[in-house]
Amino acid sequence: MRKFVLCMVLLLGALPARGVEPRERLADPALEARARTISGELRCLVCQNESIDESGADLAHDIRILVRERLTAGDTDAQTIQAVVNRYGAFVLLKPPVEPATYVLWFGPPALVMLGLAATGLWLHRRQVAPNETTPLSPDESRRLAGLLRDNEG
Amino acid sequence: MKRIVYLLPLALFFVLVGYFLISLRPGHDTHELPSAMLEKPAPGFDLADLGDDNKLSLAGLKGHPVIVNFFASWCVPCRIEHPLLMRLSQQDHLPLYGIAYKDKPADSARLLATYGDPFRQVGMDQDGRVGLDFGVYGVPETYVIDANGIIRKRFVGPLTAEAVERDLMPLLKQLEPSS
Repeated sequence: MRKFVLCMVLLLGALPARGVEPRERLADPALEARARTISGELRCLVCQNESIDESGADLAHDIRILVRERLTAGDTDAQTIQAVVNRYGAFVLLKPPVEPATYVLWFGPPALVMLGLAATGLWLHRRQVAPNETTPLSPDESRRLAGLLRDNEG
Repeated sequence: MKRIVYLLPLALFFVLVGYFLISLRPGHDTHELPSAMLEKPAPGFDLADLGDDNKLSLAGLKGHPVIVNFFASWCVPCRIEHPLLMRLSQQDHLPLYGIAYKDKPADSARLLATYGDPFRQVGMDQDGRVGLDFGVYGVPETYVIDANGIIRKRFVGPLTAEAVERDLMPLLKQLEPSS
């Protein structure tokens, strides 16, 4: 078992290194850290479900370089991201912005959950209320019940 | 009232089916993205020409609507659209300009020598910088730029005769009614 785990760990280590290449890195660790954070939030348009930070695609490399250029030139994080959005549209943002066009995306699932909870609540409430609606036995019925029980015991 | 509530999941199901039908209909490419650059000024460029010492620049193209095609010798879909480009330039005399994206001049030249050269001028974008500024995410891509340098249309992937008939020709007519 231990050998197996060791094998798996070694295999993981052998996965090809992708994404940010050493020659892309900026000398300034603070700038590089910001570049990495921004890269993690931008979608690679070739692979579409990877961030450019993880992607080995050529285009992702180009956008990583662009991000680093802008940061080196003194742009803020927001300006840098905007520069990429201006070229490729809001689709490059892995986390879509909250705006009228994305309200359904952002608020749809919570709204559906609320709707489901409300419906379940209503259903449970109705089920609890139902037994209380039974009318108590009339005096005549009580007498008959008592008689039956007595016969049973006897 | 109660019946309507019970039919709600069914209605939702049909909404989903409709959505999938639209997304899966033939000819619809889910990878095709709307261009963020549409109706905006084209990014400036000034590229070395493939053939001579002239430069292919945005400033030089202004004054007339032009079609700018990003292509590369290593790009397979570009070969598919190449005959169509040849037809557009030779029969319809459309103002086609090429930008060789991340390509070596020798390779681009060989491609155009072998299959014909539909372009009035070809600029070399060897590091892909101009492509990046245009928001190109794969070759071929074709842009229509009007006389004022505004991007009016973008075609992702190889041009088709159908797209030319339906979108390109009417747009060019509208941009330059005289021709």
